[in-house]
Amino acid sequence: MPTTETNAKKMTIIVTKGTLDWAYPPFILATTAAAMDVEVSMFFTFYGLQLLKKDLDHLQISTLGNPGMEMPLMGMHMKMPNIVSALPGVDAACSTMMKNLIKKKGVASIPDLREAAVDCEIKLIGCQMTMDLFEWSKDDMIDGIEIGGAATYMEMALNSDINLFI
Amino acid sequence: MAELDARGLNCPLPILKAKKALKDVAAGDTLKVLSTDPGSVNDFESFCRTTGNELLESGEEGGIFTYLIKKSG
Repeated sequence: MPTTETNAKKMTIIVTKGTLDWAYPPFILATTAAAMDVEVSMFFTFYGLQLLKKDLDHLQISTLGNPGMEMPLMGMHMKMPNIVSALPGVDAACSTMMKNLIKKKGVASIPDLREAAVDCEIKLIGCQMTMDLFEWSKDDMIDGIEIGGAATYMEMALNSDINLFI
Repeated sequence: MAELDARGLNCPLPILKAKKALKDVAAGDTLKVLSTDPGSVNDFESFCRTTGNELLESGEEGGIFTYLIKKSG
């Protein structure tokens, strides 16, 4: 595609995860790439489709089976044993802690990053098969997304300089 | 000169806001960015190299990083 920008490179990202923490890498890279004049397309499949839903308040982290997660707490770092993580409400409480930490540290929220992605005209594509599988309709998702399948993605990937699977 | 106060913001917000602010800057004019993010030193160098904008100055004083970016023509 001809372009007058100094950098006409393209990137695609397959977004497969629907948790608060996993929402960051794809949106950070996509918005930053767009700011660096890269044409970006994001393909949301399986749990990644959660990130296209109108309301993002439901996004949570899961501490279960995640030994790498240490939350800073009163000068220490708190780890969560699996037996505690499995209790009802623990993920929700940890997610609230995480969201407060994100705000306190000047880290962008996921709704803000997604809005930035829409503003800089990143192409957002929802996977048709996943929507059928989980019985989601386009009305559940934000406006302006496209719907496609593997062939749609493959054509974009073949024409891109960077293809990531997150 | 246009100025962007990105103090207190973390990656990737200083870059995203700088890109947005540069839209309102005329080619050849400069944008001054203030940041408290130590990672932004390398980030603004990469951003300018990749986008063709010129990083005229990059400095730090008392934990505040200052960048002077000349918008490319």
